[in-house]
Amino acid sequence: MAAKTKIAPERKPVVVVDNAHIVYKVLASGRRATRGLLGGGLLSKKMEVREVHAIKGVTFTIYEGESVGIIGSNGSGKSSLMRSLAGLTPLSQGAIYSFARPTLLGVGAVLLPDLSGEKNILLGGLAMGFDKQEINSRVDSIADFAGLQEFVTYPMRTYSSGMSARLRFAIAAAKDHDILIIDEALAVGDQEFRNRAEARMRELHRNAGTVFLVSHSMKSILDTCNRVIWIEKGELRMDGEPKKVISAYNKFVGTTTID
Amino acid sequence: MSSEQYALSHGLKKVGARPTLFKYIREAFSRIDFAYTLASYGNEATNAKSRLGSWWNILLPTIQASTYGLIFGLILGASKPDNFLPFLFTGVFLFGFFQGSFTNGASSIVNRSGLVRSLSFPRVLLPLSVIISQAIALIPQLLVLAVLLVVVQGFGSITFGWLMMVPLLAVMFIFNFGVAMVMARITVHVQDLSKLVPFFNRVLFYVSGVFFSLEKIFTDPDNIWGKLIQFNPIFDFLNLARGYLVHGYSVRPEEWISILIWSFGLAIFGLVFFWSAEERYGRED
Repeated sequence: MAAKTKIAPERKPVVVVDNAHIVYKVLASGRRATRGLLGGGLLSKKMEVREVHAIKGVTFTIYEGESVGIIGSNGSGKSSLMRSLAGLTPLSQGAIYSFARPTLLGVGAVLLPDLSGEKNILLGGLAMGFDKQEINSRVDSIADFAGLQEFVTYPMRTYSSGMSARLRFAIAAAKDHDILIIDEALAVGDQEFRNRAEARMRELHRNAGTVFLVSHSMKSILDTCNRVIWIEKGELRMDGEPKKVISAYNKFVGTTTID
Repeated sequence: MSSEQYALSHGLKKVGARPTLFKYIREAFSRIDFAYTLASYGNEATNAKSRLGSWWNILLPTIQASTYGLIFGLILGASKPDNFLPFLFTGVFLFGFFQGSFTNGASSIVNRSGLVRSLSFPRVLLPLSVIISQAIALIPQLLVLAVLLVVVQGFGSITFGWLMMVPLLAVMFIFNFGVAMVMARITVHVQDLSKLVPFFNRVLFYVSGVFFSLEKIFTDPDNIWGKLIQFNPIFDFLNLARGYLVHGYSVRPEEWISILIWSFGLAIFGLVFFWSAEERYGRED
């Protein structure tokens, strides 16, 4: 059952999300840890498959030249939707069409923690489709962008969360992507890095790329996006002008200041 | 107009749709550098926290083979195979190549879920990089084996037959790759399987003739167990290697046919089997 989409014939679509559903199946015992201290022997602790309906029928179309902010409370399904958009998590129902393969840059992205930052840059670059020479010549500029300096030879497990987030962003942003999804990757960076990253995002956007930005910082969404989609409890709550959507969202969560 | 027609008419493609097998293989080939780099770095990362580092790639198998030599040498007594040490070391090192591929191949997707969830690349590169990494680890072991062969059998044991190890190991690489692809996908569906992997390894270790010679154990050629074990391709790999390296053993050409059929059959089946679940590997359940 494909939902009807509003069609703007003069604009070129780059991403069409059509009635997307994501259902996670989780193997877990459905009991609270605090109960069941009395009774409940070894045999009664059965594991069962439980379903979590993370995205419940979201539909929208993104056109050329838009950079889209995605907002919503924690656990509203933003990251799940973005992973599906990047083709990493398959949809349970519905479909997503896009003009190029979107690249996701998220906080969960772990490369190899026992290896140095430098080797992670090489590995990440090769996985993104750079050839060996190209990535070798870019290692230094990527490390510089991430602000790693002498830490580039230390294993990544010794990095602070801010440092590894910066490195991941720097690796992904080294390539010009047609569609780039940034999932809260900037939240842990410091202000100086955030400014540099936002500048790079605007640059990517100018090179005819579409950028999706998932963030809880309304300020960086207002600074970089010209359209905002608000997702709440797996459903599309509002879609449109950044100022309008953000002020509705602020009313919903009860904040008055924009940060 | 439905969304699908609208999207397709503007040249959009479905996200996450599995490419055709041909395109998939081509895409994987174009990123083969990634598999190789991941393999060599992965080896380094596993030894990163130990002081002896990559020396463990030789030390561990050598200690293992020596321990088996001591224990089985004593237990088997007179029924131990002729030319026991070269026989055993060839068996242990080559079996280790299979075992490492089987074990790490099974976890190649589930252990790299971070990579799978953050970057898109043909997932078959993950089991492939496991086999490359095992092959890299095997090379220094082969040098240890060569030294042992010369020490025990003298310089006369260096023959042209040694060169046959190159095609033999190449075929074994393909065999291991096939096994790894099948195991990688099954483990994604049923994670519980990874608990059974060490058990399978033990069983295969005992039925592949790593430390005993089939002729000495099953003196009756019609024994059903003896026949079953001969059906095991790992047994054939070890036998062929011994035929080329160890004095007193000869090559049976029909074993080449057996390993070629097994290896290519398994690799082709494994590739199709692995590829047909490509979209599924990123799912978290």
